[in-house]
Amino acid sequence: MSLTTKTAVELAALIASGEASAVEVTQAHLDRIAEVDGRVHAFLHVDTDGALAAAREVDSRRAAGAELGPLAGVPIAVKDVIATKGVPTTAGSKILEGWRPPYNATLVERLRAAGTVMLGKTNMDEFAMGSSTEYSAYGPTFNPWDLTRIPGGSGGGSAAALAAYEAPISIGTDTGGSIRQPGAVTGTVGAKPTYGGTSRYGLVAFSSSLDTPGPCARNVLDAALLHAAIAGHDPRDSTSIPAPVPDVVAAARLGASGDLTGVKIGLVREFSGEGAESGVMSAFTETVEALTKLGAEVVEVSCPHFQYALPAYYLIAPSECSSNLARFDGVRFGLRVGDDGNRSLEEVMSLTREAGFGPEVKRRIILGTFALSSGYYDAYYGQAQKVRTLITRDFTSAFEQVDVLVSPTTPFTAFELGARTADPYQMYLADLYTIPTNLYGGPAISVPCGLSDGLPVGFQVMAPTLADDRMYRIAAAVESVIGVLTPPAL
Amino acid sequence: MAAISREEVAHLARLSRLAVTEQELDVFAGQLDVILQSVARIGDVAAGDIPPTSHSVPLTNVLREDVVVPGLTREEALSGAPDQAENRFRVPQILTEEA
Repeated sequence: MSLTTKTAVELAALIASGEASAVEVTQAHLDRIAEVDGRVHAFLHVDTDGALAAAREVDSRRAAGAELGPLAGVPIAVKDVIATKGVPTTAGSKILEGWRPPYNATLVERLRAAGTVMLGKTNMDEFAMGSSTEYSAYGPTFNPWDLTRIPGGSGGGSAAALAAYEAPISIGTDTGGSIRQPGAVTGTVGAKPTYGGTSRYGLVAFSSSLDTPGPCARNVLDAALLHAAIAGHDPRDSTSIPAPVPDVVAAARLGASGDLTGVKIGLVREFSGEGAESGVMSAFTETVEALTKLGAEVVEVSCPHFQYALPAYYLIAPSECSSNLARFDGVRFGLRVGDDGNRSLEEVMSLTREAGFGPEVKRRIILGTFALSSGYYDAYYGQAQKVRTLITRDFTSAFEQVDVLVSPTTPFTAFELGARTADPYQMYLADLYTIPTNLYGGPAISVPCGLSDGLPVGFQVMAPTLADDRMYRIAAAVESVIGVLTPPAL
Repeated sequence: MAAISREEVAHLARLSRLAVTEQELDVFAGQLDVILQSVARIGDVAAGDIPPTSHSVPLTNVLREDVVVPGLTREEALSGAPDQAENRFRVPQILTEEA
């Protein structure tokens, strides 16, 4: 019996019935990490002692007859942008190397309350800025499907850990596609909940109006269970929505039955495939046809402003990042460079930020400072915020006609490491299909829909704000047709 | 025409408190120019009467009851500081002797 290839649901059932202890399950995953992570590099920090202690606690509670939740004892990996008390949290940056937060993010508290066992922190592009995990200050993560290729980004570590069977579920954050795009290129499931549906308290902020934490898993039901465990209003986050969380688990179970009678699915005309790989479009189109056989009605809708989402995003996100990252000044936490008694605070601050930030972060800080500067504000940042309104109107209009929108998650499959680092704008195209929903705020999910030249292709489902259950239903229906992808053995 | 010059990048880096090397300036100026030329087309769409959206969730002030609750201890707050003295964050000098 290999515990590491089981789903979260199966592991929780084994633990609840006493067929396996939480400690055994945790140790199996720690052993797997020791075996393969030298080649995958999904983890930046493995918290062996903390994980085993948490697992022992679950076993004790079970022995005492406590009622365990649906994820009790299930190991989980957490993206390193999320504050974990006493456990290193670097956001993939040298400027936070060795930092151990004195507090937990809300979602970490919720994961603990759900009985999950945190294995450690996963690799990511520095401050979640990137589409390949090549901008981690600690070296890239490698795609378990092909170790010469990228695992997506910024949450490449959280996705690769799943595809390498190092963890059954993980947490990511999605600012422009950083959960869905890694999910697509690693053949796993990644969901961006409605913005404000999951708490941002305790996230190292990148772009505050877009950042959304969410679940990653190898199948849709596990993702839904994790979603349910972390979602819900948090008074410590002023952007958290005080509304009930839709029953995403029931929706995933409903979708798995494979009946989509009465469901209207919208194809975005502007995402018809220009610039996308033919293998990606073929897998996508075949999946849409399969959904019609399940009873769904498919219609084409126009979202004319989606073509402006990428440029709007690359003005808004850097602008917010230039503001958010001002806090990394070498005063209260993290790195300090050049403090030799002869330099002013300003000089030390500049030298610290020069040494602590990598190239993509510097590029975006400078770009954001430009977009917000006097004389350019109206032409760039102000205009981008108007485009955001137009994109929101496109979504609203589309959802008056259809229940969900679908598209490929990415225009291409996992590319080779280094292939796009010299040209940042080419790298940004990886998020072409994922970014509109971040600007709008609604939920979206990526689920595997087949292979192209032996590499996974992702199918994206976008739903109206707070209708997260709808996207899980469609994603589960896709999974009922395609099945769960199995990566080659490492 | 270049959307952004090397001198502008140097100026923006100073505003951002980023010490950048000469080599970085060359690289960033070229890359930022490509990015800005690619994103400039947003100017084609939005007319003046479209309200901007800054946030997908309406922002309101969130106030809690005025009740004292435990926060971080002094030790916890200082635990990640690069330098500290007398239970405070120690920073490099701000004013010179002449100031």
